[in-house]
Amino acid sequence: MTTSYLTDFETSARNGGSKSPWLTGLRRSAIERFAAQGFPGAREEDWRFTNLGPITSRGFPLAPLPATAPTAEDVARFLYSIPGGSTLVFINGRFSPHLSIPAVQVEGVTVSNLAAAFATHGRLLGDHLGRYAKIEKSGFTALNTALGQDGVFVHVKAGAAMSGPVHAVFISDGSTAGSATYPRNFILLESGALGGVIESYVALQDGSYFVNAVTEAVVGEGARLEHSKIQRESEQAYHVGTTHIQQERDSHSTSFSISLGAALCRNNLDVVLNGPGIEGQLFGLYMGRGRQEVDNHTSILHASPNCSTREVYKGILDGNAHAVFNGKVFVTPEAQKTDAKQTNRNLLLSDRAKVDTKPQLEIFADDVKCTHGATVGTLDPLAAFYLKSRGIGPLLGRKILTYAFAAEILEELPYPAVRSGLESLVSARLEESAEA
Amino acid sequence: MLQVNNLHAQAGEKKILNGITLSVNRGEVHAVMGPNGSGKSTLAQVLAGHPAYQVTEGTATYEGQDLLDMEPEERARAGLFLAFQYPVEIPGITNAYFLRAALNEIRKTRGQEELDPIDFMDLAEERLKLVDWGPEILGRMVNAGFSGGEKKRNEILQMAVLEPRLAILDETDSGLDIDALRVVAAGVNQLRRPDNATIVVTHYQRLLNYIVPDVVHVLAGGRIVKSGGKELALELEAKGYDWLTGGPRAA
Repeated sequence: MTTSYLTDFETSARNGGSKSPWLTGLRRSAIERFAAQGFPGAREEDWRFTNLGPITSRGFPLAPLPATAPTAEDVARFLYSIPGGSTLVFINGRFSPHLSIPAVQVEGVTVSNLAAAFATHGRLLGDHLGRYAKIEKSGFTALNTALGQDGVFVHVKAGAAMSGPVHAVFISDGSTAGSATYPRNFILLESGALGGVIESYVALQDGSYFVNAVTEAVVGEGARLEHSKIQRESEQAYHVGTTHIQQERDSHSTSFSISLGAALCRNNLDVVLNGPGIEGQLFGLYMGRGRQEVDNHTSILHASPNCSTREVYKGILDGNAHAVFNGKVFVTPEAQKTDAKQTNRNLLLSDRAKVDTKPQLEIFADDVKCTHGATVGTLDPLAAFYLKSRGIGPLLGRKILTYAFAAEILEELPYPAVRSGLESLVSARLEESAEA
Repeated sequence: MLQVNNLHAQAGEKKILNGITLSVNRGEVHAVMGPNGSGKSTLAQVLAGHPAYQVTEGTATYEGQDLLDMEPEERARAGLFLAFQYPVEIPGITNAYFLRAALNEIRKTRGQEELDPIDFMDLAEERLKLVDWGPEILGRMVNAGFSGGEKKRNEILQMAVLEPRLAILDETDSGLDIDALRVVAAGVNQLRRPDNATIVVTHYQRLLNYIVPDVVHVLAGGRIVKSGGKELALELEAKGYDWLTGGPRAA
């Protein structure tokens, strides 16, 4: 089923393509790589718990332009009002300037769409794009590299700070059914820079489309990045995303991954700690119901001493939903004094819901503190009794306790508007499942 | 208000209550005392409907209703309140949200309008005075990270907001220092009215210096072995439990 993608590639290369030889070369090698290796198969360790059949058994051609351009009112419900923040809206993979809200101009800060940055920051992108999320990693990354045309681009020069986060909203409208988009994002924070990026993946209408997204973020020496990914695709859609965070010494990153939508969602998060004194925080919340499949694979490479990472992923599964969590923590022999803590907790609201959780610690240094814990359980009957003893019946009690379970992650979200938006979403979703 | 007759209960195969008979009237305070393992906490939990216990024999009637036939939340909505010996922590839910949700469930049953967050805050701030707390406690997560004393005080705050007709305090005094004990007892005393009743379950007489009971029951082996006036508590304080329970120092 790879041929339709090769056709897409030839078509898009003919229709404009790129003027930069490096980009043409990168895309060409990416499509060749994809042609050679295809999509990952169930025999590959990293993919064996998730059935990719719905994605790989058919071709998803490039998404068309929207039939009718959505209005600001149509997309308003997906946006957040964050002081100093900006918004980039992409409809069916294409940048939509008239729906976007530009950032306040700040010296040393560039926030734009990636297609524009190919012209303005070609050299910088030539040095970095594809260097972290490598095309060899998987067929999905190769395909995104070959076909990805646009997304958010952030460059913050040394010592500069964004006035607020940029929110990149990737919207699929009804006309994307059966087709694919390839959001491609790039973030570079130079030394001592501060930046925040929120990616939202949403749908105007339900549909069985495919989103294949890749984000590369470079966090320079002493820089700080807040990255959030909010996956709210249609529950009939397919979403595969890779986020790669490359950190240099003394830098700090926080990553949030919230997955609520998609029939099948796979999030890859790779964090590489490439220098001493780095801190990384990884928070995740995933919810599944019906027959949703949600798969989070995180990988943290501790390649330098005195770094610390804290990872907390929580899942709430109802109906026949299936979740996968795989948390790799790799500590190289140089990475002494590593402090890595990983927690994965899952709450099953139905006896048909299922979770495969697998912490995977590989430690080759001897003076480290690495812990992990994974749990799969149901609501605490004692807590349920406590609520009942206060007059709160089983339905409302279940909603309250489930919400409480999710709240530990939501509380960590850095922007009040995003936090309260997601609190309402999660709460509404629990309301719906209580009624179902 | 409450008539318990020949109540037997067990946890799994383990028989804990072996025929409790007890009658509590409006306006009364009953103390249930007894050594560890006598079944006094089990009695409190069975009356609230704790799922870990099965009632195998006997009856309990509350305000004319078959208490044992009611779900725990129905008992609460009918005005029964258990102050837990070990209050449960619920991180992620604020005290304010929790209290308002509980109060509104109870108000609905009483045919009263639900309180919106603003009206609720007015009421809560009023009730906070009973436990000598400021409003910041309402923003904290339910019991999460609370000290033992704070948890007990939070139980009394819940009681003050929910205004039960029958409050059962399960070892609310255990683990409290003297100041916390005074605050808790003062809160309970201010909530006493001629039309409600309180059952104080305690191991020690200490709390009864502050919450003076009308009747004292002594439990041993899952039965009430002696009932009397408040002076019985003092006698227990002086002589211990063994003279009643047939323990090692029995005369």
